[in-house]
Amino acid sequence: MAEIHLKSLAHSYSKNPNKPADYAIREMDHVWEHGGAYALLGPSGCGKSTLLNIMSGLLSPTNGQVLFDGIEVNNIPPEDRNIAQVFQFPVIYDSMTVFDNLAFPLRNMKTPEVKVQSRVHEIAEALELTALLKKNASNLSADEKQKISMGRGLVRSDVSAILFDEPLTVIDPQLKWKLRRKLKQIHEQFNITMVYVTHDQLEASTFAEKIAVMYGGQIVQFGTPRELFERPNHSFVGYFIGSPGMNLIEVQRSTNGVKFGNTHINLEPEMVDLLAEMPSDNIKVGIRPEFIHVWDGPNTDAFCCDLMHVEDLGTYKILKLKLDGIELKVRIDEDQTIPKNKAYISFPEQWLLVYVDEFLIDASSEQQGIE
Amino acid sequence: MQMNKRKTLGMTAYLLFILVPIYWLLNMSFKRNDEILGALTLWPNDFTFDNYITIFSDPSWYMGYVNSMIYVSMNMAITLVVALPAAYAFSRYKFVGDKHLFFWLLTNRMAPPAVFLLPFFQLYSSVGLFDTHIAVALAHCLFTVPLAVWILEGFISGVPREVDETAFIDGYSFPRFFIRIFLPMIRSGIGVTAFFCFMFSWVELLLAKTLTSVEAKPIAAIMTRTVGAAGIDWGLLSAAGILTIVPGILVIWFVRNHVAKGFALGRV
Amino acid sequence: MKKIPNNKAWFLVLPVFLLVAFSAIVPIMTVVNYSVQDIFDQNTAYFVGAEWYREMLRSPRLLDSLLRQFSYSFSVLLIEIPLGIAVALMMPAKGRMASVSLILVAIPLLIPWNVVGTIWQTFSRADIGLFGWSLNAIGIDYNYASNAGDAWFTVLLMDVWHWTSLIALLCYSGLRAIPEAFYQAARIDRASSWAIFRFIQLPRLKSVLVIGVLLRFMDSFMIYTEPFVLTGGGPGNSTTFLSQALTKMAIGQFDIGPAAAFSLIYYLIVLLVCYLFFTIINLQDKAK
Repeated sequence: MAEIHLKSLAHSYSKNPNKPADYAIREMDHVWEHGGAYALLGPSGCGKSTLLNIMSGLLSPTNGQVLFDGIEVNNIPPEDRNIAQVFQFPVIYDSMTVFDNLAFPLRNMKTPEVKVQSRVHEIAEALELTALLKKNASNLSADEKQKISMGRGLVRSDVSAILFDEPLTVIDPQLKWKLRRKLKQIHEQFNITMVYVTHDQLEASTFAEKIAVMYGGQIVQFGTPRELFERPNHSFVGYFIGSPGMNLIEVQRSTNGVKFGNTHINLEPEMVDLLAEMPSDNIKVGIRPEFIHVWDGPNTDAFCCDLMHVEDLGTYKILKLKLDGIELKVRIDEDQTIPKNKAYISFPEQWLLVYVDEFLIDASSEQQGIE
Repeated sequence: MQMNKRKTLGMTAYLLFILVPIYWLLNMSFKRNDEILGALTLWPNDFTFDNYITIFSDPSWYMGYVNSMIYVSMNMAITLVVALPAAYAFSRYKFVGDKHLFFWLLTNRMAPPAVFLLPFFQLYSSVGLFDTHIAVALAHCLFTVPLAVWILEGFISGVPREVDETAFIDGYSFPRFFIRIFLPMIRSGIGVTAFFCFMFSWVELLLAKTLTSVEAKPIAAIMTRTVGAAGIDWGLLSAAGILTIVPGILVIWFVRNHVAKGFALGRV
Repeated sequence: MKKIPNNKAWFLVLPVFLLVAFSAIVPIMTVVNYSVQDIFDQNTAYFVGAEWYREMLRSPRLLDSLLRQFSYSFSVLLIEIPLGIAVALMMPAKGRMASVSLILVAIPLLIPWNVVGTIWQTFSRADIGLFGWSLNAIGIDYNYASNAGDAWFTVLLMDVWHWTSLIALLCYSGLRAIPEAFYQAARIDRASSWAIFRFIQLPRLKSVLVIGVLLRFMDSFMIYTEPFVLTGGGPGNSTTFLSQALTKMAIGQFDIGPAAAFSLIYYLIVLLVCYLFFTIINLQDKAK
């Protein structure tokens, strides 16, 4: 069993951190529940590997606690944490056979040889490595090596969580999905908590039930892939998730909503009231390219924009439009007619999100994005 | 923690083992001969710079250092100039006899020096190079060049071929590409190679002694002068020895950050 | 990296070839020439064919020193390889102490070989040397100038002092090249420090150790300067190594022919041992 609780956790690589920029992890609270399949998604340098190494115990956090099932493990070294970690580049002991590689952690724990045999065969079966057991580990392909690294974690019956640090980086693209599916299978079979670090949103959303998006040393949103897509909590999530990312427009307050240039966008009265209460002037509206409605012709509700460019991506097309000097991307299906020179668009109200100081504000539930 | 303490202890012991004999030499170099021979003292009772003053005031002494430095620098320059293109060829191309050539180059380190000295002497005398710096520099190339080719090949193989191809597409001629683009990319390799040349040329004595008599005599050979009718002048000998260590320390100080990679010969 | 077949590359290699050939081929041909002649003086020499080779292979004196040479080289490897690995493991990995210990460890390698001899000559003397004096002070009768065993021990100790650093630095650079993830994975796999050494560090040191063993074998087999300065080959013949025996024969007794013949035999032995060592290592790699 392992529920991993990060309690007011912060980490800095410098000895005397005094400004926020010194911190690789800004103070955060987070819970990974037992048995979940999670992804930790973010651009390089956002602190996700640091967070992973803190959970496995390879790093000791500057502030805060790491709790496993409510027990603090800050001072417990990684070898005693019942956790396994798979690294970006496959780590295998290349002087040993595949069998000995898989047996290595068990033998280090002085497990009786009979049990080693049965356990290794069981895991090799699950990972489809049985045929390779007698081979020397050094001559295998990258995906086989990565499966061995994973197997060394699974083989220990005391392991209740496996942490993956971008494990598919060195794997050929056509093998990636296969290995990812294998991971999901293993997850179901062994009832193990899995945390998967990646910068690839597709990898994250195919693997995980819930994704934590990390940005600037903080988890800015934790939710299902659908939530991240439909209601990004933070402008960064909107920009980072989706292809292409969310259109974000800097706006000012106006009487019935917001405006940029000469373009006025009306918002619900509740939202207008809420906006008026906010002290900050850093306001943005965001809408996904998929949700912008494109009309066939001029219409009273529609904004008229110039069509700059059409990018044909096979099953869909990306239109680049210019509205009052602001560039917008719109995604339309391949069978939809492409407007000529001028396009008429509108922003459906339920998909138009408002961000103040980069966080989503939500008028309907009074809940603000800041946790 | 326990582990680290043991490591520090072991390391300290090894460093003492390395340094104490050198300290002994240093200690003697500040003593007068009667003190050296009279009693065992851990620190000079009668501290003196006389031995060093003798060396620095007598051209027949200090020219030994100058001679050694001249042929070592010549050796470094020659070695780098010929080894760089060769290492490039070995790293990038396959050609008739490449493997055999490489092995043959390396076997030259294995020749026992003693008996080969006489032919060396005859060879360099017959071409009129005896007792010149260039003779020693060329002779030392016998073992510095193979090593240099080997080290540089490792470093060059670490530079992707796409770099070369891009440069050729951009219209660079080979020599211009090599000097303007390629050499700066492997400069740490060049530094390390120069260090190795220094290391093997500076410490070698047999060839250097055989190929010189007066004009280019290395310091190591001059040191034998301290054996006189009245026995060995220990103080002077020690001071001369200490002065041969100093250039080595200076050189390694300059390349200290590349040593780890260099000793792996660029190929771990 | 895939190499392009291109025979024009010979032009790039040519300078190296000519330079090395100049210093290598002429002398070796000269030595071959000596080895088949009986030379009385510069103008009188008779062709004797393989006579010297036959005689040398039967000469007990040279076979003795060959045997002594092998046992010396093996002792050197047996001590320096493990010690060098140990030192490399103990050296600090980063920080200022790393640079400092790196420089200190490298010092013996940069001292001219006759100075190394001088250092140990003075350091080990029973009357004026700290080492010899200390040994006698704690009751060990030690004098390398008169006792053959002591002389042999001193030469060996000097070699360890001089060359262990080479192995240490080679291994140190090999160790630095191991990615941090290997150590992290090993910790998570609960590997003991012995298991980390045996299964991670040692396999990765193999390529540098091959270089180290080869260099140390070749150089210790040719050792000349240091024992010459330290003991002059004595007492008796106890520290007369091959090179020195050959020099004595060639220059002292002017038996150039036999000396040349034996030099070539000796060259071939070194070559053969290195070649065998290399082949075995390569075969092992292929077997995997």
